[in-house]
Amino acid sequence: MMERYDVVVIGAGPGGLAAATSAKQHGAERVLVFDRNCYCGGVLNQCIHDGFGLVRYKEALTGPEYAEKACREADKANVEIKTGAMVLSISKDRVMSVVCGNGFMKVQAGAIVLATGCRERTRGAISIPGTRPAGIYTAGVVQNLVNIKNIMIGKRVVVLGSGDIGLIMARRLTLEGAKVLAVIEILPEPCGLQRNISQCLYDFDIPLYVSHTVSRIIGKRKLEAVEISEVDDNKQPISGTERIIECDSLVLSVGLIPENEVALTAGIALNEKTNGIITDDYLQSSVPGIFACGNCRSVMDLADLVSEQGEVAGANATCYIKGEKMKIYMEKQSVFKKGFPEKGTVTCPLCPNGCSIGEYGEKVVGNKCKRGELYFRQEQIDPRRTLTTTVKGIDGMLHPIKIENVRKNELFYKIQNLDKN
Amino acid sequence: MIHMSLMITDVLIIGAGAVGCAVARELSRYKLKVVVVDKEYDVAAGTSGRNSAVVHAGFNNKPGSLMARLCVEGNAGFETLCKELDVPYKKTGKFVVAFDEEDQKTLQIIYKQGLNNGCKGLRILDGEELKRRLPDVGGISAMESIDTAIFDPFLYTVALAENASCNGVLFRFGEEVKNIEKIEGKERERYSVTTDKRTYKARYVVNCAGVGSVRVAQMLGFNQYKLYPCRGEYLILDKIAEKFLQVPVYPAPKKGIGGLGVHLTPTIHGNIIIGPSAEYIEDGEDYSSTKLIIDKLFDEAKKLLPTLERKHIIGAYSGIRSKQAPPSEGGFHDFLIQEEPECKGFINLIGIESPGMTASMPIARMVCNIIGHSIDLNPNLSFNPIRKGILKFSDQNDEEKDRLIKINPEYGEVVCRCQNVTKAEICQAIENPLGVKSIASIKYRVWATTGRCNGGYCFARIAEILEKDYGINPEDITLRGKGSEYFIGRVK
Ligand SMILES: Cc1cc2nc3c(=O)[nH]c(=O)nc-3n(C[C@H](O)[C@H](O)[C@H](O)COP(=O)(O)OP(=O)(O)OC[C@H]3O[C@@H](n4cnc5c(N)ncnc54)[C@H](O)[C@@H]3O)c2cc1C
Ligand SMILES: Cc1cc2nc3c(=O)[nH]c(=O)nc-3n(C[C@H](O)[C@H](O)[C@H](O)COP(=O)(O)OP(=O)(O)OC[C@H]3O[C@@H](n4cnc5c(N)ncnc54)[C@H](O)[C@@H]3O)c2cc1C
Ligand code: SF4
Repeated sequence: MMERYDVVVIGAGPGGLAAATSAKQHGAERVLVFDRNCYCGGVLNQCIHDGFGLVRYKEALTGPEYAEKACREADKANVEIKTGAMVLSISKDRVMSVVCGNGFMKVQAGAIVLATGCRERTRGAISIPGTRPAGIYTAGVVQNLVNIKNIMIGKRVVVLGSGDIGLIMARRLTLEGAKVLAVIEILPEPCGLQRNISQCLYDFDIPLYVSHTVSRIIGKRKLEAVEISEVDDNKQPISGTERIIECDSLVLSVGLIPENEVALTAGIALNEKTNGIITDDYLQSSVPGIFACGNCRSVMDLADLVSEQGEVAGANATCYIKGEKMKIYMEKQSVFKKGFPEKGTVTCPLCPNGCSIGEYGEKVVGNKCKRGELYFRQEQIDPRRTLTTTVKGIDGMLHPIKIENVRKNELFYKIQNLDKN
Repeated sequence: MIHMSLMITDVLIIGAGAVGCAVARELSRYKLKVVVVDKEYDVAAGTSGRNSAVVHAGFNNKPGSLMARLCVEGNAGFETLCKELDVPYKKTGKFVVAFDEEDQKTLQIIYKQGLNNGCKGLRILDGEELKRRLPDVGGISAMESIDTAIFDPFLYTVALAENASCNGVLFRFGEEVKNIEKIEGKERERYSVTTDKRTYKARYVVNCAGVGSVRVAQMLGFNQYKLYPCRGEYLILDKIAEKFLQVPVYPAPKKGIGGLGVHLTPTIHGNIIIGPSAEYIEDGEDYSSTKLIIDKLFDEAKKLLPTLERKHIIGAYSGIRSKQAPPSEGGFHDFLIQEEPECKGFINLIGIESPGMTASMPIARMVCNIIGHSIDLNPNLSFNPIRKGILKFSDQNDEEKDRLIKINPEYGEVVCRCQNVTKAEICQAIENPLGVKSIASIKYRVWATTGRCNGGYCFARIAEILEKDYGINPEDITLRGKGSEYFIGRVK
């Protein structure tokens, strides 16, 4: 017998959880979320750093904290969640083929919300010349290995790409004892957030090479070194500028691509360039009754906005089955500033405005509110940071922890003496 | 002094590529003690895992040559062999495309040559028919070969080895042959072969060391052989590219080049490979890809398939031809397969370049015959030619999927999402009969991590399975065995 639901959501990341919660709140009776992971929260679980939730919850949460909030909201709304279940395909009449530990099943839905997230671009996708040894990873995989699987990748690391995940991992690996030798960016400007450039690289004196790329990978069995080169305006390596950096790990942070394996099985139209699901004003895909939100639609760098979008998609999925008028989704851009922090200023991390605060004579300028001035003053006399790391529990698993207000120059001391706290 | 252990065997095969493994499998039909050694940590770590994966028909080779004869013979038996060994195989046919008048003349020549060699199923198509059959491909006319096929070269080699191993052959990995001595006067122990781990005494030594075969031959003083390593680079395209092409498409070969020209070949797994280039290099094991060739391959492929785009590339690899013909000469020299007259029982296989995969089984039978000349080969009565591979969950129908999960819930856990490989399959790959446990060995056995995410999702999961379910420490998880460790240990 085939199970029937009003709304089925695929993916239990922030997008999917918000969609399911909102579908329930808008009156859909039977709402089910599938996730192939054995836990909820999607990729947020491995993002143990803080900075999530500044928009939605007005506080700086870590990824797992944000995920927990989203899960609790879904729970409260009585959403059914089935983890460890992978949707293999969807037919045009919205029947899904699903595998899980209990067997193979078919589930039909009145409406579907796709919230399948994204994947990382890889070395293949950007075709770096050279050998193919062990020691090349994508940043998200490293994040997963280090923060969840308790596996350390190496001692001497080069990061290719200045996207946020790469910057965050540069700091994370440094705190765990690796030497991050360089972050290499092919564009003339870094593409991560200003606050990450400043708190992940500048804080630890990690060199950032813009207008550079890794032009060759060296090492037969294990990575031995990378060759970096300056690039010209067409992003081509300039010969004569090569330099060798000896390292045992190369971490790629070269972009995210919407994950749309399942969407393709339903014949949903994707954007040729970005691979994202094409939606109308109501977040509905080219197949009626199938909606999309979050990174599988277009990669967003703020989980808060994903949740917001999920709410609209979930509400509209409900409207669809009830034949009610749907809500128009207004595209929002993250307001966080990207690229180099302005010279001589401090990037305020306290809210999404991310003001560049500096001094003009005796006066503090650039801040939009008083908190920024206090932050700036503190930075000048005694900078403080939020330390996020993991501890090993008695269960043998890693647990994320967050310690606020740590002196910047005591971060290493703190992390090495965690047991004593 | 370090004590080296000693092992006595009838036949020692050096090299666990397709040729060495085919020889091992054929010899396992007889009552013989056979050992295969390879310096790498799995089979097919050399050229056998790095080629175009085409079962050639045999029209490219010089009439009367071993290459021509063994290729045609290999092609004829390949499908049955793949059935016995449960190896993915598909008879796709192949097109050789002409772009100008000179090419058209070449087509006529290879067409006649093919007939001469005994190839069946060759046809010349005019431009119109070509357009109709392959609308995405450029060109003015073509030759079609119906008997050409594609297969999985890695699984083929694995299957030969697993079957040989089940029939009693011993495989030893991570052992490089360093020295060979002839022992006078002992009929059963004519050679003493020393690796970095132990010494073998063997009656027969079969040199299947591929690019390394000349060095092995030199260990016994055969200095007359020469190989010129010639690298062929490839690009791998996303599965999405599959809709463009279901048949291998080759340009008509140009005179004097050491290969068959850059071609487009669908793989048995639904990707397309572009390549190979042909550069003579010094180091016979330098499997690098170069920027120059990556760009060039793409441009050449675009000529054959104008709809191709750069974003379709998901990876690159390269293989190395063991060419006996020096760069100045170009072209092909015939396979050299012989027992050395002054060294009875020492069998050299040198210059086994393309079509060496196709011809591997006939080559193996030749080696058996050579051995059969000097001793009686008694049949191994328990020989079983059948080998079962790992069942592919994603190929099963819905009911079968359900049944499998009910028997083993690990079928319900999809580990590699691009290729839909389940944990049950990963575990079977880890528990392979040859006992190799590297990420690459798992990858090639179940085709995990090979999708467009390059293992982004499943690599960490596989590492976790190795650690949690098989008790392997993170620092011992490798890409291809010793020296290719991924991790330095735990974080906490
Ligand atoms: C490695 C990485 C690090 C990131 N770091 C940050 C950060 O620091 N700060 C930030 O604001 N944003 C970060 N992001 C962006 C972040 O992904 C988004 O902010 C947000 O988590 C996206 O939510 P989502 O719901 O769209 O996708 P996800 O959180 O990725 O959730 C998608 C879920 O769908 C499931 N799924 C997919 N296909 C199927 C299927 N066929 N069947 C069943 N389940 C399926 C997946 O298992 C996953 O759990 C990061 C992204 C990645 C990939
Ligand atoms: C670019 C390219 C494309 C090709 N395309 C095709 C095709 O489409 N169809 C086809 O039929 N053929 C093709 N071929 C040819 C085919 O791949 C080879 O003929 C075949 O793989 C040769 O197998 P092998 O076992 O002799 O060598 P290999 O597979 O190279 O095996 C030799 C083994 O010996 C080991 N070894 C070397 N020295 C030592 C030592 N001292 N001690 C211990 N072990 C040692 C190596 O580690 C290696 O594993 C192609 C070849 C190339 C290069
Ligand atoms: S100064 Fe105020 S407004 Fe500006 S980023 Fe800081 S907290 Fe936000």
